[in-house]
Amino acid sequence: MNRHSLTRAITLLVRRDLILAMRHRAEMINPLLFFILVTSLFPLGIGANPNLLQAVGPGVIWVAALLAALLSLDGVFRSDFEDGTLEQYLLSSHPVSLLVLGKVLAHWLITGLPLLLISPLLGVFLGLSGDGIRILFITLLLGTPVLSLIGAVGVALTVGLRKGGMILSLLVLPLYVPLLIFASSAVDTAAAGLPVTAHLSLIAALLVLSLSLSPFATAAALRISLS
Amino acid sequence: MFNNFFHKLASPKYFYRISGALIPWLAGASLLLFLAGLYYGLVEAPTDYQQGDSYRIMFIHVPAAWMSLFIYMVMAGAGAIGLVWRIKLAEVIAISSAPIGASFTFLALVTGSIWGKPMWGTWWVWDARLTSELILLFLYLGVIALHGAIEDRRTAARAVAILALVGVINIPIIHYSVEWWNTLHQGPTVTKFDKPSIHISMLIPLLLMALAFKLYYAFVVLMRARVEVLERERSAGWVRELVETK
Amino acid sequence: MNLSEFLHMGGYAFYVWTSYAIALLILLVNIVMPLRQRRKVLTDIARAARRARRET
Repeated sequence: MNRHSLTRAITLLVRRDLILAMRHRAEMINPLLFFILVTSLFPLGIGANPNLLQAVGPGVIWVAALLAALLSLDGVFRSDFEDGTLEQYLLSSHPVSLLVLGKVLAHWLITGLPLLLISPLLGVFLGLSGDGIRILFITLLLGTPVLSLIGAVGVALTVGLRKGGMILSLLVLPLYVPLLIFASSAVDTAAAGLPVTAHLSLIAALLVLSLSLSPFATAAALRISLS
Repeated sequence: MFNNFFHKLASPKYFYRISGALIPWLAGASLLLFLAGLYYGLVEAPTDYQQGDSYRIMFIHVPAAWMSLFIYMVMAGAGAIGLVWRIKLAEVIAISSAPIGASFTFLALVTGSIWGKPMWGTWWVWDARLTSELILLFLYLGVIALHGAIEDRRTAARAVAILALVGVINIPIIHYSVEWWNTLHQGPTVTKFDKPSIHISMLIPLLLMALAFKLYYAFVVLMRARVEVLERERSAGWVRELVETK
Repeated sequence: MNLSEFLHMGGYAFYVWTSYAIALLILLVNIVMPLRQRRKVLTDIARAARRARRET
């Protein structure tokens, strides 16, 4: 129960998730492919007019990121739930909220980070300017952890349910709306050459808020789901 | 003495009796206020020089929107009380409120849309208020869906309490972000839903309707709560007696 | 204001009266549903009690 063993526990947790993810690399690719595919579908669907694409680009990329994150969230607690590891988390002497933070970190490394890294390519697909791509990257850097954090609460609430996946979208997407609004607006504004400090501060505020509150909500939800 | 009252109130059997006695009075008061509000709103209030008589939809739309937010607060608050102090009655009130809140949100959306048609020519506009109400409807539907998906009533109530709390924290954030988004994309048009100053002859029916809706919510939530209590306390002695005397 | 003017609502009759009608409908549904549910629950419990008594 000392600090040392807590850090060890979290490190082990993150490492385990990463190793498991590496073993099922194909599954890791799925949300990433989805992200790229969905973004690429839009020019096909609405025409390749560069002005139009530039206008919708930020929103499209961010919506695709939301959906990709949603797709990947289901796996966060499911395998642990099925083999009983989740109960072990709750029974351990470590604060569940911190263990949850470890799980969310692992999830972000596995799904959020790849999305982040591929985003400049997608920016190019939709004709974003250099400034736009730079700010897109920053919004995703700040925002994808928020997606994982908020999503974790939803997953924790639905982990024991059969049709959990469908309800998860309904629960989580409304909560993603502010992030979507601020982030896509930031990229839009940057592409127009205007300063975006206000937008980025708002996103950073969302990050801080979700970092401080969501682990507790997730832990409480896990306790309820497993009761 | 108050302590005793709250302890007794938390007992399902006592709640069932008390609420049964209260409901007719609340319903009657609500009906009177509705009639008064309708009279002052539809008959007495003058025609608006800008919107003609279509503005009278406001007497439904605005109180419905107020209720949709108010009920969500009550739901989250009752859920929190149920979660922290393990008071069953609080859980019951929380989950009973959800369908009612969703109904009011739906009503606000529909009346908002109908009101907008003669004004703006379309059945839907992405106005900040309507968009926020739409997201609120999704939040309510999420609560209802989650509750329906969990078999055990106690677990379901507790899960829904967490969800409602998460939602209530997000509502101001969502509201602010949608307003901001709206000014970005629509320009500085003042939406007709926000009347800068409201004449007293229109304010009175509005407040009467708002009060009527509140009392309506009170008696309808008690009606739903009683059903939920019966379900949960099926095997209790007092429920059996109740069934036998019917 | 006479009755026909009242119903006419300055030309907005459809919009105003549809809104009020939908409101009335929603208010009624929210009253009727708990009543029906209550009746159903009570009959369910009564039926289960009868069955239990028969089995003992």
